[in-house]
Amino acid sequence: MADMGDCIIELRGITKNFDDQQVLRGIDLNIYENQFLTLLGPSGCGKTTILRIIAGFEEPSKGELLFNGIDIAKVPPYKREINTVFQKYALFPFLNVYDNVAFGLNIKKVDKSVIHQKVQKMLSLVGLDGFEKRDVTLLSGGQQQRVAIARALVNEPKVLLLDEPLSALDAKLRKEMQGELKKIQQEVGITFIFVTHDQEEALSMSDTVVVMNDGKIQQIGTPVDIYNEPENRFVADFIGESNIIEGNMIRDCLVKFDGYEFECVDKGFKENEEIEVVLRPEDIEIVAPEQANLVGEIISSVFKGVHYELIVKTAQREYKIHTTDIHEVGKKVGMVLDKEDIHVMYKMDY
Amino acid sequence: MKKRKKGFPILYIVLCFLFFYVPILVMMVFSFNSSRSLTRFEGFSLHWYEQLLADSEIMGAVSVSVSIAALATIISTVLGTLTAIGLSKTRRVLKEWLLNVNNLPIMNPDIVTAIGLMILFSSMKFDKGYMTMLLSHVLFCTPYVITSVYPKVRQFDDSLANAAMDLGASPFQTLIKVIVPCIKPGIFAGMLLAFTMSFDDFVVSYFVTGNGVQNISIIVYNMTKRTNPTINALSTIVIVVILVALLIGNVVPMLANKKKNGRLKEEER
Repeated sequence: MADMGDCIIELRGITKNFDDQQVLRGIDLNIYENQFLTLLGPSGCGKTTILRIIAGFEEPSKGELLFNGIDIAKVPPYKREINTVFQKYALFPFLNVYDNVAFGLNIKKVDKSVIHQKVQKMLSLVGLDGFEKRDVTLLSGGQQQRVAIARALVNEPKVLLLDEPLSALDAKLRKEMQGELKKIQQEVGITFIFVTHDQEEALSMSDTVVVMNDGKIQQIGTPVDIYNEPENRFVADFIGESNIIEGNMIRDCLVKFDGYEFECVDKGFKENEEIEVVLRPEDIEIVAPEQANLVGEIISSVFKGVHYELIVKTAQREYKIHTTDIHEVGKKVGMVLDKEDIHVMYKMDY
Repeated sequence: MKKRKKGFPILYIVLCFLFFYVPILVMMVFSFNSSRSLTRFEGFSLHWYEQLLADSEIMGAVSVSVSIAALATIISTVLGTLTAIGLSKTRRVLKEWLLNVNNLPIMNPDIVTAIGLMILFSSMKFDKGYMTMLLSHVLFCTPYVITSVYPKVRQFDDSLANAAMDLGASPFQTLIKVIVPCIKPGIFAGMLLAFTMSFDDFVVSYFVTGNGVQNISIIVYNMTKRTNPTINALSTIVIVVILVALLIGNVVPMLANKKKNGRLKEEER
């Protein structure tokens, strides 16, 4: 993980209403220097609105937006030291690659030779040497993407905003660009704020993931925290696949669900508090029925490429299990869990 | 499929073209006639062109037509383009209403517009002449500009404007450097329409002018009362000018495209 400096952007109690619909319901968020932060959530959760507020295209209905400690909520976008990579790139179709990248510097009336030098450097950073005179409308999606990144970064912003920049690319190219974006971020050493609805993208690129739903932040944490210690059912459900089971916390490090008590590592809940437990499908180990409390019958097995997805039906429910071993449908099996693999979360109010 | 006879369609097209262009050709030929006759060609001469250039009244009308058309084109293009951009950002109900209102002057018979303007200028005690003619031309040209620019503005992707502002361009810089280049085809089409509408207008100009200010149409109209082949010379020049303008308007973009494609092919090699 990159070392983070001081807090550069601070959102304090930001709300946003469109007509009578509230799309952001009180967002508090600190964004640090040199951080790769991802806003993750389903469409309509408000993640893009946050980005547009930081960029200056929307004004918050309430709350403060601090940039280096100064409220910039009312500063127009062209006076902010922030640049954006737009979802569909928004390259200027009437300019070639060079002039697209040079646009911001030309506006600032930077010396031509300095512009030339910076544009060349940026084009080679994104791997587009020799593309200067190309017509941007004739480039491939991945190349347009790179031009958009170069066009934003050449202005040396303090913060780069990326609005689902990879969503228009095919799967393989998207993987490639994920790695490349991360590399670029480390090279230029500035804050990236990345918006996506793709959880895998978020987990593989970010220092910090902010999971959002329904205009609220659900959880802020490192990818590992978000995956292993989801704070509530929404996060657990949205990030990866999971079995979510209602239960009770007997005491610290002891949880009860489906009629059995299990050792776990979670603390700080009230005695007998109603909680929900997340079990990741790949964490459940299949053993002989005599060796386990939880016993059930395999009712389906689907080959998924790397693993098989099994559904095991017990007296209480169906468990989803990922395993690389072959098991026959109809077989009775037992299931055991490591205490580290039982993730206890607060029960969500519905 | 049965082979169709090709003779008739070609004959039909030839007849159409003859019908359109013979009158113009006849006029052009007779502009070089050495005599005053409009029925017998008696020899080649540039007499009527000399007369034309020597006639300060006609030359004055030419300069009025050209300057009015140029000014009306510039003013109505700026007005119409800004209006079209503004319209695209307006609430839907108001927008549709305004677009319909914008069509009124286009649908309205010129004579009605002309009389309306004449009465307006008279009642407001405007001194009729060059200014009233220019104002009227701006008035009837602007709707054409709006109509041809608006579809282009609607096609314009707002994220381009956002991108420009994101890169530090002020709203005005965004307009000039991003929006205008994107809607340029619409603006050119509007300009061309505005220029031709203004240049060949007779009805409106005739009613709103005064103090001896005449454009080409008015002076030609006055001259037809007596046979004067100078009109032929003048008309020939006008046609040649329009032809050249059309050629430039059509050929230059074609050449530019060819050049661009050629360059691309070169790069691919």
